[in-house]
Amino acid sequence: MNLASMTSQLLFLLLLSTGIFFFAKRIGVIRRNIRSGRDWDGSDRKAERWATMARVALGQGKMTARPVAGVMHILIYVGFVIINIEILEILIDGLFGTHRVFAFLGPVYDFLIASFEWLAAGVILACIVFFVRRNGIALARFKSNELKGWPSLDANIILVVEVLLMFAFLSMNAADAIAQSRGLDHYVPAGSFPVSSLLTPLYAGLTNAGLIAVERGMWWFHIAGVLAFLVYVPYSKHFHIILAFPNTYFSNLNPKGQMDNMAAVKKEVDLMMDPQADPYAAAPASEGPPERFGVKDASDLTWKQLLEAYTCTECGRCTSECPANQTGKLLSPRKIMMSTRDRVEEIGKQREAQGGEWKPDGKSLLGDWITEEELWACTSCQACITACPINISPMGIILDMRRSLIMEDSKSPESITSMFNNIENNGAPWAFPAGSRGDWTQEV
Amino acid sequence: MAHRGRSQQGAAAIGPKKYNHTMSSIHIPTMAEMTASGQAPEVLFWVGCAGSFDDRAKRITKAIARILHASETSFAVLGQEESCTGDPAKRAGNEFLYQMQAAQNIATLNGYGIKRIITGCPHCFNMLKNEYPELGGQYEVLHHTQFIRELIETGKLRMSGDQPFKGRRITFHDPCYLGRANGEYLAPREVITKLDAELLEMRRCKQNAMCCGAGGAQMFKEAEPGEREVNHARTDEALETQPEVIATGCPFCNTMMTDGVKNANQESNVEVKDIAELIAEAADLLEAPAP
Repeated sequence: MNLASMTSQLLFLLLLSTGIFFFAKRIGVIRRNIRSGRDWDGSDRKAERWATMARVALGQGKMTARPVAGVMHILIYVGFVIINIEILEILIDGLFGTHRVFAFLGPVYDFLIASFEWLAAGVILACIVFFVRRNGIALARFKSNELKGWPSLDANIILVVEVLLMFAFLSMNAADAIAQSRGLDHYVPAGSFPVSSLLTPLYAGLTNAGLIAVERGMWWFHIAGVLAFLVYVPYSKHFHIILAFPNTYFSNLNPKGQMDNMAAVKKEVDLMMDPQADPYAAAPASEGPPERFGVKDASDLTWKQLLEAYTCTECGRCTSECPANQTGKLLSPRKIMMSTRDRVEEIGKQREAQGGEWKPDGKSLLGDWITEEELWACTSCQACITACPINISPMGIILDMRRSLIMEDSKSPESITSMFNNIENNGAPWAFPAGSRGDWTQEV
Repeated sequence: MAHRGRSQQGAAAIGPKKYNHTMSSIHIPTMAEMTASGQAPEVLFWVGCAGSFDDRAKRITKAIARILHASETSFAVLGQEESCTGDPAKRAGNEFLYQMQAAQNIATLNGYGIKRIITGCPHCFNMLKNEYPELGGQYEVLHHTQFIRELIETGKLRMSGDQPFKGRRITFHDPCYLGRANGEYLAPREVITKLDAELLEMRRCKQNAMCCGAGGAQMFKEAEPGEREVNHARTDEALETQPEVIATGCPFCNTMMTDGVKNANQESNVEVKDIAELIAEAADLLEAPAP
């Protein structure tokens, strides 16, 4: 083993551990932020949960509801998953100073490399289509207000980086193939290069040294890019590539129309309805501070809802199916998820800065990020939930926030207040006397 | 519009044929009455607030009652003992009010030992079916289109030989709380098929159907500022199919679509009717044995 090889192995080890360190650190932060949410029990119906995850995340079951985006996404997804086998080889080569360590597989290796190349070409194609959809055709859901600035840039960075990484991968193969044909040291004949052979003319004129420089350069650029991507992803909407799996595992398995019955309210109602209850009895000593009704801030959400916020990849299918949004109202279900994520991130940062203890900062998700106008535009139609390719429920957060508006702040549009009064007084949302409820029976 | 002439003709021909609304011949028993005489009905007809108080929705209620009567279904209503399920209160954020309503209704229903409920309102359907069980109210709950399908399948309800809707263009607007909320897309369509009508699907239907704009307590408030009303947008989608009838399965959708049709100045061409009304007009209700 020579010095150059050892240096390069050490450099590789350093690069790899740095990437993994920052990735793990960021995962720790996200994990802590998600776990700061309220309890939610997803320990039931395991078989059904695995099946849902397999169908929706692994099988991309809801993606093809929109055929163009769906097929392109599946191409990138399959490419990403399968090309990772190649990453394994790169890791071994980098750490042990080998070159194409799996070459001994012979025809199997040729097949693998050829399929990686086809997939890389597919990924490049899909990324270009996506880039054009976002920036050229400018589909409405990619031009909404909530995507201005960082979210749009984030999406474009990912697309450009993916193209660059795939280009580096193909260039590396092209240079390798030429080196193999020249019989250069280390470059054992291995692999089949159906796509990268198109790039051969780019590098065929290089000297041996130039060729090796290109091959090594692309190899390093590719792996360094992959590691940088690893660190970047958990800061990005792109984190769905990992969180889509737990998020779909913890999908809501109940009918979509079923809203939870608040246990705290049930306790009080039971007490009120109980003829044996002593109305003057002192309230039982409660453990800890009383829970707030509904959701005012991100800290009132369940961990599952926070997981959804981190999982959202801002595709906007929810918003484009939302009847309120379609008719020009302020509500955008995607923005509800994005605001939630922004706020939980902010709370997390403050908590960290204050040594693990979060002191309220006078701001809240409801009010400073999400307005009442947005909440009151929801028709609770569940189109957003149905449209989400990974079963996120923006509607759940919206309705939980209405609970806070009503039960904590008594804030509602006047007509809603009258509706409440009517139900309370007449048992109907309109001001008809309860006694006339059966009048229709006289007219049949 | 190209279809105006034909549709007008269609609409004129459809009106109530067999039943005179002012004729009061059917006795609708209440649970209190039945219990007093030592009887128990097979099903409870949960009418809902819209069906009890709203003039347009009452016509749907009466159609359901006539179907139940003609099919010799043993049924009763709660009458004055029925109260709002709490859906609009809950979806507007008032969990207290909802749970008070639920507790009261469950006490009433359990007091009568109710097992099976049918209702014409998908919001009541969703509450009774999905949200009451945890609070102690466990019933088999059917939407009226599910029950009508059952009546037809078991031969208890027969379509008349002279089908008033034969070949008519009918489109069905999926109620969110029957469709997406509870996955029932088939029952209403299968019932419409029995009318020998031409069932037209809107561009967005079933799980992709657009909301009429009434749910989530929107029915009881002004819409938020925007470019247009949700029900107008949805009605446009329905009108694209060039229907003679827009069929609904929810009293709130019915109100919203009726308003949408008026807004589009199509009320002389297109009728908005609940599936129960269509069936009440098309089935052999009068030929059923007298009570």
